[in-house]
Amino acid sequence: MRTVSDASAAGLVLEAQGLVVRFGGRAVLDGVKLAFAPGAVTAVLGPNGAGKSTLLSCLAGLRRPRLGEARLGGRAIGALPAKERAQLVGYLPQNPEIAWSVDVRTFAGLGRTARVGAFGPSEADRLAVERALDVTQLAALADRDVTTLSGGERARAHIARVLAGEPRWLIADEPLTGLDPSHQLDAADLMRGFARAGGGVVVTLHDLAFAARFADRVVMLVEGRVIADGPPAEALAPEVLARAYAIDARWTSGLAGPLLDVVARR
Amino acid sequence: MRRVAPLAVVAGLLALLVALCALSLVAGRVWIPLDRLGEAGDPRWAIITSLRVPRTLLALAVGAALGLSGAVLQGYTRNPLADPGVLGVSSMASLGAVLTLYFNLTAPGATAAFAMAGAATGVLILLGLTGSAGGAITFLLAGVVLNVIAEAGLSLALMLSPNPWAASEIVTWLLGSLSDRSFTDVWTAAPFIALGGMALLLVGRDLDALTLGETGARSLGVSLRRTQGLIAAGVGLACGASVAVSGVIGFVGLIVPHLMRALVGGRPSSLLVPSALAGAALLLAADILVRLIPAASEVRLGVAMAVLGGPFFLWRLISIRRRFA
Repeated sequence: MRTVSDASAAGLVLEAQGLVVRFGGRAVLDGVKLAFAPGAVTAVLGPNGAGKSTLLSCLAGLRRPRLGEARLGGRAIGALPAKERAQLVGYLPQNPEIAWSVDVRTFAGLGRTARVGAFGPSEADRLAVERALDVTQLAALADRDVTTLSGGERARAHIARVLAGEPRWLIADEPLTGLDPSHQLDAADLMRGFARAGGGVVVTLHDLAFAARFADRVVMLVEGRVIADGPPAEALAPEVLARAYAIDARWTSGLAGPLLDVVARR
Repeated sequence: MRRVAPLAVVAGLLALLVALCALSLVAGRVWIPLDRLGEAGDPRWAIITSLRVPRTLLALAVGAALGLSGAVLQGYTRNPLADPGVLGVSSMASLGAVLTLYFNLTAPGATAAFAMAGAATGVLILLGLTGSAGGAITFLLAGVVLNVIAEAGLSLALMLSPNPWAASEIVTWLLGSLSDRSFTDVWTAAPFIALGGMALLLVGRDLDALTLGETGARSLGVSLRRTQGLIAAGVGLACGASVAVSGVIGFVGLIVPHLMRALVGGRPSSLLVPSALAGAALLLAADILVRLIPAASEVRLGVAMAVLGGPFFLWRLISIRRRFA
C-alpha cells in the first residue's frame, strides 16, 4: 500500500483527553483518556452501548464532547479547519448510507472531496482513486452501479472511498460487520497494510477472536470507561471478559491464532 | 452505468430550447408565421415584442429556477420526491406574495420581496425542523406541515379579504400563469433568479458528498451550515422571485431531475445544469401548449402542470414504495 508515506505520518498522534459525552443525563463516555500512535491497529471493543461509536466519532472530530477534547498531532481536532481534518482523518461510519445510484469509481472519488481543487479532479486525484480501487479489488467493478453491489463488495467500496482520500488516520466503525469470513480477512489485511505503511487505524469490532488475531492493541470500553488497554492477550484476558460481558471464557489455541471458548454465562 | 455524457445532454437541451423559443414567438391565439411578417409597421410585431418575448423569457427563467431548485432539494434531502411545491416552499412564497395583495402593498417590488422572504423562511423552517439528522421522511413531513401552515394563511387571507376584487385577484394569481406578463415582470424576477441560481450551482460538490449521508459528508470536510445557507438563499431567491411573477407552478422541480437522472446518472452535481435547462424547456413547452388548447379562457399554466405532475408524483410514489417493500 502506497497511500501513506512513512515519514509524513510519524508523530501524528491521535489522543482522547478526558472525553465526557452525555445523552439525556447518562454518561456515554465518562472520562476516556487514550493515546494512539500511527503504525498500529487498535480495536475498540465492548458490550453494546458501551460508547464505542461515540468515542470514534469524537476521535474523527465529528462530535464535540461535553468535556475534554480529541487531539491530533497536538492540536484540538475540533479546532482544525474541516477540510484539513478531512484530509488527515478518514472516517467510516457504522451502516454507511449510499443515497444515489453512482458508479463505483465516482463513489470512491467522493473520498477525495477535501482534496479536489476548484477546477475538478487532477491527475493525482484520479490516480489515488484507481489505487484505492486496485487494493480493494474493485477495479473490475469500477463502472458498476454501487447500489447494485453485493454486501461484501459494497463494504469494500466504502473502504476504497476512505483510502482514496489518502488519510493519515483511518477510523472505522464496525467495518467488518456483514462480511463473510473471507472478505473479513481481506478487509482486515487492508487495514493492517494501511497501518504497516505508517497510517494509524482505530476500529470497533464485535468479534473477540478476530480482534485477538488482527489488532495490535485492544481497548475495552464498558459504560463509557476504559477497563483494559493493551496487547490483545492482556486486554482480552478472561477476567476482563467476565467484567465486560458477564461471560466465563477461556482462550485456546487454534490453527491461525487464539480461539475463544465461551464456557458459560454467569 | 455510463450514461449519456452531461455535455451532450446540455447541448441537446440547448438546441431544444432554441427551437421552443422560436415556436413560442409564433404560437398562440394569433399564429404569426415569422417569414410573412411585414416591415416594422406590422402590428403583429407588437404582439411579439411586448407579449411573447417577455412571456418566453419568464417561462425560461421560472422553469430553470424550479428545475434547479428541485434538483438541489432532492440532492440535499436525498429524496427523489422533494420539490419546492411538495416541500411547501412555493406555498410559503405565495403566502408572502398574497400578504402584499391582501394588504394592498403597491410599492414596486413588494410582492417579489415578500415572496422571496416567504420562500427563504420556508426553507429555513424546513432545515430547522429536520435538523442535521433529518432523514428523507422527516423532510417530507416537514414539507406537509409547511404546506398546511401556508394554506391556512392563504385561506385566512382569502376569507378576510377586504373586497371581492382582492379575493378574486388572489385566487386567479394562485393558479399560476405566465399570460399577459410584461418586461417589468422580467426585470423584477430575472436578476433574483440568476442570483439564486448562482448560489445553488455552488453546492454541487457538497450534494455529491451528501450521497454518503450527513455524517459521511461532514467527515469529508463539508460544512453543512454553509450548504444549508446557500440552499436557503438560493431556493429562496429563485423560487420566491418565480412565484412572485408567475404564481404557484408545481411539479417542474419534481419531474425534471427525475428525467435528467435517467440521462446523466445519479450524481447530484451533474444534474444541476441539465435540470435547470430541462426545467426551462418543460415550462416553455407547457406554456406553448396552454396557449394552443382551444378553451373559452386560457388554461392556467399552474393547473396544466398539476394535471401533468399529479399522476407523475403518484407513479414515483408507487415505484419508490415497491423499492422499499
